[in-house]
Amino acid sequence: MKKSVFLGTLAVAALAGGIAGASTLDDVKARGELNCGVNTGLVGFAAPDANGNWSGFDVALCKAVAAAVLGDPAKVKYVPTTGQTRFTALASGEIDMLARNSTWTFSRDTDLKLDFVGVNYYDGQGFMVRKESGITSAKELDGASVCIQTGTTTELNLADYFKANNITYQPITIDSNAEGEQQYLAGACDAYTTDASGLAATRAAFADPENHIILPEIISKEPLGPAVRHGDNQWGDIVRWTLNALIAAEEYGITSANIDELAKGTENPEINRILGVEGELGKMTGLDNDWAVRAIKAGGNYGEIFAATIGESTPIGLARGLNAQWTQGGLLYTPPFR
Amino acid sequence: MTSASDVPEHRFRLSQLIYDTRYRSLTIQVVTLMLVMAGAGWLIDNTIQNLHQLGKDFNFSFLGNRAGYDIGQQLIPYTNDNTHARAMLVGLLNTLWVSVLGCATATVLGVIIGVLRLSNNWLVGRLMTVYVETFRNIPVLLWILVSIALLTEVTPSPRDYKIDAATGAAKAEMILFDSIAFTNRYTAIPAVRFENSLGAIPTPLAPISLNFLALAAVLIASVWANRRLKAHAARVQETTGRRPVTWWKSLALLTVPFLGVFVALGGHLVEPALKGFNFTGGMNVSNAFVALWAGLSLYTAAFIAEIVRAGILAISKGQTEAAYALGLRPNRTMSLVVLPQALRVIVPPLISQYLNLTKNSSLAIAVGYMDLRGTLGGITLNQTGRELEAILLMMLIYLAVSLTISGLMNLFNNAVKLKER
Repeated sequence: MKKSVFLGTLAVAALAGGIAGASTLDDVKARGELNCGVNTGLVGFAAPDANGNWSGFDVALCKAVAAAVLGDPAKVKYVPTTGQTRFTALASGEIDMLARNSTWTFSRDTDLKLDFVGVNYYDGQGFMVRKESGITSAKELDGASVCIQTGTTTELNLADYFKANNITYQPITIDSNAEGEQQYLAGACDAYTTDASGLAATRAAFADPENHIILPEIISKEPLGPAVRHGDNQWGDIVRWTLNALIAAEEYGITSANIDELAKGTENPEINRILGVEGELGKMTGLDNDWAVRAIKAGGNYGEIFAATIGESTPIGLARGLNAQWTQGGLLYTPPFR
Repeated sequence: MTSASDVPEHRFRLSQLIYDTRYRSLTIQVVTLMLVMAGAGWLIDNTIQNLHQLGKDFNFSFLGNRAGYDIGQQLIPYTNDNTHARAMLVGLLNTLWVSVLGCATATVLGVIIGVLRLSNNWLVGRLMTVYVETFRNIPVLLWILVSIALLTEVTPSPRDYKIDAATGAAKAEMILFDSIAFTNRYTAIPAVRFENSLGAIPTPLAPISLNFLALAAVLIASVWANRRLKAHAARVQETTGRRPVTWWKSLALLTVPFLGVFVALGGHLVEPALKGFNFTGGMNVSNAFVALWAGLSLYTAAFIAEIVRAGILAISKGQTEAAYALGLRPNRTMSLVVLPQALRVIVPPLISQYLNLTKNSSLAIAVGYMDLRGTLGGITLNQTGRELEAILLMMLIYLAVSLTISGLMNLFNNAVKLKER
């Protein structure tokens, strides 16, 4: 009798173990910590301060997901990844989600077996040069040395763009943004190319940002967004709808200031559904009904996060542009919460 | 009385597999083999299952796809329209190029330093000791990074060579009759061009220039003629006891035909000139390459120096004394008596150093030199997401390269080792 109970428990445990291994949500809950892959250091998007506290636009998303899943935005372990290591880190399970200005492309979504769950920043590739070089257009870069991070979409766009314009360049391959910054400042390259937002963030970290200009050409579409592993749809849904909740919160005027008031119930049924006052949306993803409240409280809605990390009042000074709400002429548009 | 029980039974018992020394070694080997095979099987099965779980397959067809990225340093023609396989080849050739140059430089430096470390001159000996100990005890990556830092921080950028309209002078000047320019990206050096080119043979790998083939043929013929000349001198010496003076004949044999063909082909040097952002016309040797080359050579040279020193010390002092007694000068004693004997001690560990240098060249990624690790193991791996295939392929290639080096060096070792008759 005892023996069979023991064996039965073992079998159930093994079965549970098998299931737990397949579900990222359970893994994260059991661990009590979200492993979030971020940039190794890009001011405004993801960078640690002197005390090792990470902050930034991408980091805010990690915090929101941690708050939604674990109830505490601080329960995140930030895993710095380079352009080369990021997808392997995700595929191997080292990180639960990737929030690292990564471009959503066809082959990454299909062949690399990643799931991009949305777009948190609509970007495009640009070039930065020294003001004293007198260059005003990317087409004047014939024969220039261009610093480029390896393993990125920008690397491929760069080759395509110079070929299309029938001009040549010398690629100087670098591994991380920090290395690119150093090489560019040392004069090892005439131009530095990456996503325009990344350029703005990099320039903001310079001692003399006014001596560098970002050229007007945007040579590609770079929809940057968080990614999860292919195959765990529940986890994908959680990250996707956490991002959507942040965007929708801005659209409906839910801010970190008024959220406690609104969470008591409002006249607007959509707000009620987002905040879990009405319906059972949270349960559908395997979370509780307050998930969105916690996510939005973690760093505010999308607009608040944008303004605090990369917006016009920050040194990075990015305008909302394409990243404004659809009601303001931008591209941010979430599916309905119902 | 005879007893039937005297005849022992020669029936094989299972316990003999463990207790009988005749069978035990076999048992252990069979069990070990089975364990190793089980381990390998488990690894492979696990990999297949995990890949399946990720929804990935295992195939190398990505090598035939368009690469789409550019490579800064290339020995064979390559554009971003070529395949990943060709990008891999470009990387492999870059790896081999820096390894071959590195091994050659390290050997020359190592032999000189190893010999000088045994010098009776106190200062020279100690200086070489300091060199060996510093380079041997600091990781090679740091030496590579120090080299690139020196190259990029100390040298001016190409635009510093531009003549300022206001002052009428440039911030930096080219050296050696305006032919060489050090910059923080590359060193611009003159390139060889031919007026009357013989053309080139197109091959799938790279077009082979007939000019260079012609020059190489002339050089080989000259070397062969020079050897005949020396053999002739040796014969004369054996019969008459007097060695004819050959140095000027050798010099003429080695240089005149070569220069003759060079001039006939209209060969001349094109000096680099600043045009736009960068120097064009000449050849730009990238700093990444120089840093990697210098780092690897200086580091490995320290090890080779120790090997050479050990080899020399292994030769009995009597050999040197005997050579001195015959009236040989110290440098001839070293090159004719000691070093040839020391080679049999030096060559086997030298093989390891060559292998190490070749493998260490994969640190190229630190300075942005596009070797095999940078192309196949870096960009291709990342753009295609084929980690397992790319890494496996890379391991196989490094294995093949290492085994080839080892094989060639063993042939050399067989040629120089002590002949026992």
